[in-house]
Amino acid sequence: MAATQHASVALAGNPNAGKTTLFNALTGARQHVGNYPGITVERKEGVAMVNGREVRILDLPGTYSLSAYSPEELVARNVLVTERPQVVVGVLNASCLERNLYLAVQLMELGAPLVLALNMMDEAEAQGLRINMPRLADLLGLPVLPLVAKRGKGVDELMAVVTSRLDTPVHAPPLHVSYGPDLDAALASMQQLIEEHRFLTDRYPARWIALKYLEADADILAQGRQAGPLSAMLEEIAEKTAAHCRSTLEVEPEAIIADYRYGFIASLMRKGVLSREVAEERRAFSEKMDRILTQRLLGPVLMFAVLLALYHAVFTLGETPMGWTEAFFGWLSGVASEALPEGLLRSLVVSGIIDGVGGVFSFVPLIMIMFFLLAFLEDTGYMARVAYMLDRVFRMFGLHGSSVMPLIISGGVGGGCAVPGVMAARTLRSPKERLATILTAPFMTCGAKLPVFILITGVVLPEHQAWAMFALTLTGWAMALVGARILRWTVIRGPATPFVMELPPYRFPTLRGLLIHTWERTWQYIKKAGTVILAISILLWAAMTYPSLPEEQAAALPDEAAVAEASLEYSIAGRIGKALEPLSRLAGIDWRTNIALVGGFAAKEVIVSTLGTAYSLGEVDAEDASSLAERLAANPDFTLAAAIALMLFVLIYAPCFVTVVTIWRESNWKWALFSTAYSTGTAYVLAVAVYQVLSMVIS
Amino acid sequence: MAHIMSLRELQVDQPAVIASVTAKGEMGRRIRDMGLAPGVQVSVFGRAPLYDPVALRVLGTTISLRNNEADHILVQVEE
Ligand SMILES: Nc1nc2c(ncn2[C@@H]2O[C@H](COP(=O)(O)OP(=O)(O)OP(=O)(O)O)[C@@H](O)[C@H]2O)c(=O)[nH]1
Ligand SMILES: [Mg+2]
Repeated sequence: MAATQHASVALAGNPNAGKTTLFNALTGARQHVGNYPGITVERKEGVAMVNGREVRILDLPGTYSLSAYSPEELVARNVLVTERPQVVVGVLNASCLERNLYLAVQLMELGAPLVLALNMMDEAEAQGLRINMPRLADLLGLPVLPLVAKRGKGVDELMAVVTSRLDTPVHAPPLHVSYGPDLDAALASMQQLIEEHRFLTDRYPARWIALKYLEADADILAQGRQAGPLSAMLEEIAEKTAAHCRSTLEVEPEAIIADYRYGFIASLMRKGVLSREVAEERRAFSEKMDRILTQRLLGPVLMFAVLLALYHAVFTLGETPMGWTEAFFGWLSGVASEALPEGLLRSLVVSGIIDGVGGVFSFVPLIMIMFFLLAFLEDTGYMARVAYMLDRVFRMFGLHGSSVMPLIISGGVGGGCAVPGVMAARTLRSPKERLATILTAPFMTCGAKLPVFILITGVVLPEHQAWAMFALTLTGWAMALVGARILRWTVIRGPATPFVMELPPYRFPTLRGLLIHTWERTWQYIKKAGTVILAISILLWAAMTYPSLPEEQAAALPDEAAVAEASLEYSIAGRIGKALEPLSRLAGIDWRTNIALVGGFAAKEVIVSTLGTAYSLGEVDAEDASSLAERLAANPDFTLAAAIALMLFVLIYAPCFVTVVTIWRESNWKWALFSTAYSTGTAYVLAVAVYQVLSMVIS
Repeated sequence: MAHIMSLRELQVDQPAVIASVTAKGEMGRRIRDMGLAPGVQVSVFGRAPLYDPVALRVLGTTISLRNNEADHILVQVEE
């Protein structure tokens, strides 16, 4: 059966209202939930089994209204209009009902087949809010149900109502809100014209189109102009009305419309829908936390302390399990060397696969702890405070407080990924700030770069690993900020956009939620290591093995070590590495590392695995199970200066292939190419400068 | 005595009611979407480390916006 034949239910509502939590509860999916507005930026689809039948559920990005300014709002609106779900569940945060109803009212004006779910009833009750749901249902003429999505309370009851509506669709006429004498008159005449000409009426209700003309909605105006000449007439009426409003009231029609909508909602509330008791525990708790955590001096200090503590926790907790995984792969490679006869197969298994992929796998414990702590911070609501505290600073660099989250997702606190990070930039309203965020997000210390840094700092700065990692993270941020400033001064100039953001109340994360997050991201890491990285490792192993050194040349060499070295040099990869060496030497990077860095264009994890293979291939005795770290430490050229330059280069150079594709998708191919070129260029220049200066200073 | 002033000048924890939102275009829309409309009660909860943005309590939520945005919101306070 085709997907479109399934019944479909869309979840719409304000950001952070709990739509994805409900979606997960219904479909058993594990979509990302977070206590931060704007986590979901794409439509997500899933199937729920309700009374033995399949119901297609769509999770939408959160929106505050249907005015569609940013891409994810347009996604939400377009789904509602073009896909026409049979039922739209309006997921509202009951603890700020008025604001959430603002969207619901617009959905009703659009004529969406709405069922309201008042979510977060637990919080509303703790705040002492009393909501008379039957009364609200009566006044609006649609079902209103209580919900605590986080605990699954009320989900069955909600679905019972939803399925009954799927069986017997109820066609409620679009809601008619009065916008005062001036606008109502204009709306009526426009509505009449629209209906007469059937102008876009296959898509939208007539009065809604008229409203959008008054609001000068860019998307609707563009559609209207394509649809026919009536558009010009409507625009004329709208313009005349606007001029009238401006001259008499000094406001735009869109402001009047918003005011009347809130007026309509306030009148509903007064009709006995909402009453408040005094208990404001929840808010009181959140406010007390904020008094400390966003305090003017203490706030920033605590913020740095939290991030630093995160790294210390990762390394102290992760040390032991990391030792186990390393020991395991050392043992495995020993066993494989024993079991397999000397030759190409052994080389492939030991050098190509175990040393390559094993290197990536052995970081799983650290990555897992990192993800866990990050999920904790995200779920408590602290990240929104970070955005709030940093907005002023970010604005100086041409970014926006909301750039913080994409940067953090990309690895700003370590262990993220630029792919979801780049996508999270959708919540940024202004295309300029969004682009600047997208182009600088890959500078963060993502989960794939972490192993490289952990490896190298372990070799050259074993005593100060946590500090070194923290410094690298800060360098990533500094690069992103300075990079953004330069971009915003040159290629993407433009004014700053408003920073209007909701700070959600602090919530205590559930252990289940944290474990799901941690596992989800760790599993992605493992899956990637087992598939893409494995394939690239084998490919690179082949490139490092073929063509093989001619017999007579090998015979002329004094010992096995020299043969191994010469063989690697003779291979394709070795030749590429050597060809780049004159350039990379300036940054203290040798030809073996060049091979790894070239591999890193595909995926950053490959850097560690390729280094593993390159060093193990050059090794005389493959059974000698010394780890890559020991091999690096034994290399006299691998000085502190070279190590720092290398880490800097890895931090900044070209985003991995998947990220480049994502940047392409989120902007266009020119910016994707630009991103690759400018970051590699910057990385090279900086690495050379740092290596040259440090070599002089240290020696 | 009621007295109208800009939201920027509001003291921390001083109760006020929004009189009008004069912001235009996208900024105006964003502000209104967040529930900042005439007749709504607001108070300043706090200011960020560099005195900007400012955090407001509105309709049971905490909203933050920048000072130059707060300039476009007029509030009424009781003296
Ligand atoms: N107290 C409480 N918290 C809830 C409830 N439902 C969801 N949450 C929490 O609210 C936060 C937001 O939930 P999400 O499901 O990510 O919200 P969303 O509507 O998908 O948000 P966006 O994707 O940003 O639009 C998370 O921290 C949830 O754990 C509930 O019924 N009660
Ligand atoms: Mg969501």
